[in-house]
Amino acid sequence: MSGYTGDPRIRPQEFLPWIIAIVAFFLLPEYLSLGARIVVYILFALSLDLILGYAGIITLGHSAFFGLGAYTAGILGAKFGVSDPFLQLVAAAGAAALLGISTGAVILRTKALTLLMLTLAITSIVLEIANKASSLTGGADGLSGVEVAPILGLFKFDLFGRTAFIYCLVTLFLGWLLVRRLIYSPFGAMLTGIRENAARMHAVGAPVYWRLVLVYTLSATLAGIAGALLTQVNQFVGLNVLGLEPSGDLLVMLILGGVGRLYGAFVGPVVYLVAQDYLAKQYPEYWYFGIGVLLVVVVLFARGGILGIFDTWLQALSRQRSSARASAR
Amino acid sequence: MAASALATEKLCKSFGALTVADNINFRLAPGARHALIGPNGAGKTTFVNMLTGAIAPSSGRILLGGEDITKVNQAARVRRGLGRTFQITTLFRKLPVLDNVALGIAEREGVARRMWKPASRHGEIIGEAEQLLATLGLAADARTPVQDLPYGRQRLVEIAIALGLKPRVLLLDEPAAGVPSQDSHHVLDVLAGLPANIAILIIEHDMDLVFRFASRITVLVQGQVLVEGTPHDIAADRRVRDVYLGEATHA
Repeated sequence: MSGYTGDPRIRPQEFLPWIIAIVAFFLLPEYLSLGARIVVYILFALSLDLILGYAGIITLGHSAFFGLGAYTAGILGAKFGVSDPFLQLVAAAGAAALLGISTGAVILRTKALTLLMLTLAITSIVLEIANKASSLTGGADGLSGVEVAPILGLFKFDLFGRTAFIYCLVTLFLGWLLVRRLIYSPFGAMLTGIRENAARMHAVGAPVYWRLVLVYTLSATLAGIAGALLTQVNQFVGLNVLGLEPSGDLLVMLILGGVGRLYGAFVGPVVYLVAQDYLAKQYPEYWYFGIGVLLVVVVLFARGGILGIFDTWLQALSRQRSSARASAR
Repeated sequence: MAASALATEKLCKSFGALTVADNINFRLAPGARHALIGPNGAGKTTFVNMLTGAIAPSSGRILLGGEDITKVNQAARVRRGLGRTFQITTLFRKLPVLDNVALGIAEREGVARRMWKPASRHGEIIGEAEQLLATLGLAADARTPVQDLPYGRQRLVEIAIALGLKPRVLLLDEPAAGVPSQDSHHVLDVLAGLPANIAILIIEHDMDLVFRFASRITVLVQGQVLVEGTPHDIAADRRVRDVYLGEATHA
């Protein structure tokens, strides 16, 4: 629980994702490229959770920032010879932040369905620009030959994806630290207030609109960084990073994991992308069906996502224990 | 004459052909205990919504401490010292009582923008919230989610949030609405204990509460001020009795 009554200390189970990632690095070397992709999507999902789960901004257009970040890094690496990975990341973050603040300032005056449609419109526009500006973006063929120099001049992106995995993991770790700080801060408590009751936040004197623009921009920045990471890992960008589909996929991932719980953004992409990887190999034509069934089951039976199930179990367990203790007395 | 804590000049509001506020000239003295009453549909809530900035008047002016705030937005009015409670409890239902109050205090103190230090380490905000809750008899409920409180206590949280903003003027929109009658005396106790320097305008149906609390009463009927005076004047006023008796015959 965040907020003024919450305990901001890191709990033991919060180390779990990082332990699992490091164990996976050593035990599953053949899956590291999938692993890197998962880590990228976790960062992307984390950025969505910040605005959807905490501030209550509903969006189908988060891919606009992810895609812009991906293309910024790609174009710099493929067309302008800027191959330093950090420069690419910073440029992608800056571009996504600019798009976030400029579009956020316009659309965050609206709510609910109107807002949802506007976010969708924005990513569609960015998609169309990427499609039409083929001299820069490669259009429908995508942009290949993105050059990424060794990290710090030392670590080359290798064929097995070892460097890519660690690089993405470190970036995610920093992003997670930032988001975690943010949601436990007064700013985070204030965002929860807006989500719970925006009218009341107005009535306590909060400039709700500006706060939303700010968090939207922060979230866009993180999404842009995630997009740039994806480009660097694949050394390729295609149009599939933009538009409704990646936004929808992301939303499904977050709902699977659990919205507004910070770690839902960790669980969702793992389940979604591993299921996708497995199902796509076994049933290449029907894999989306499997994802669909998974989503229906989670939404019907576990409103809090997969993490919500664990919460329910843990609560039941502690209730059992306390009643056992009571009857023992 | 000292500047009014809050005043309106020729305030009007119409929705199409329907006029819900008609040329209202109103004055709330500093430190006043003032009640606004009137039958259903008299335009009381519309009037309060114009005062707080939730809706814009069609014409006329609103003055807070002598300053024209007609064009100032809702949040900025709050920062200038105009607090309110809502007729229908609008709280952060899932959040603990303490957080409900602390969110407001953090806004007042300019802490709400801070992004690094955890909220629960802002001892000054939490301390003030706890103290405020203690004065309202809510100390034991500080960590309880608002939705788990009985309704009467939720109404007190509503007042606690408003007080946390340290307002100069406080608008109480039916603070006892929906509170079981055996508990309404507790609300009244709290109201009676409010700091004397806050000018209070109370909108209330419970006449018992109005007459015990207010030293001045304004009667609003069909968007117009029918009469204003001391409780004694109002109780003796024939027109007021007609309005209320009229309503009683309808009902």
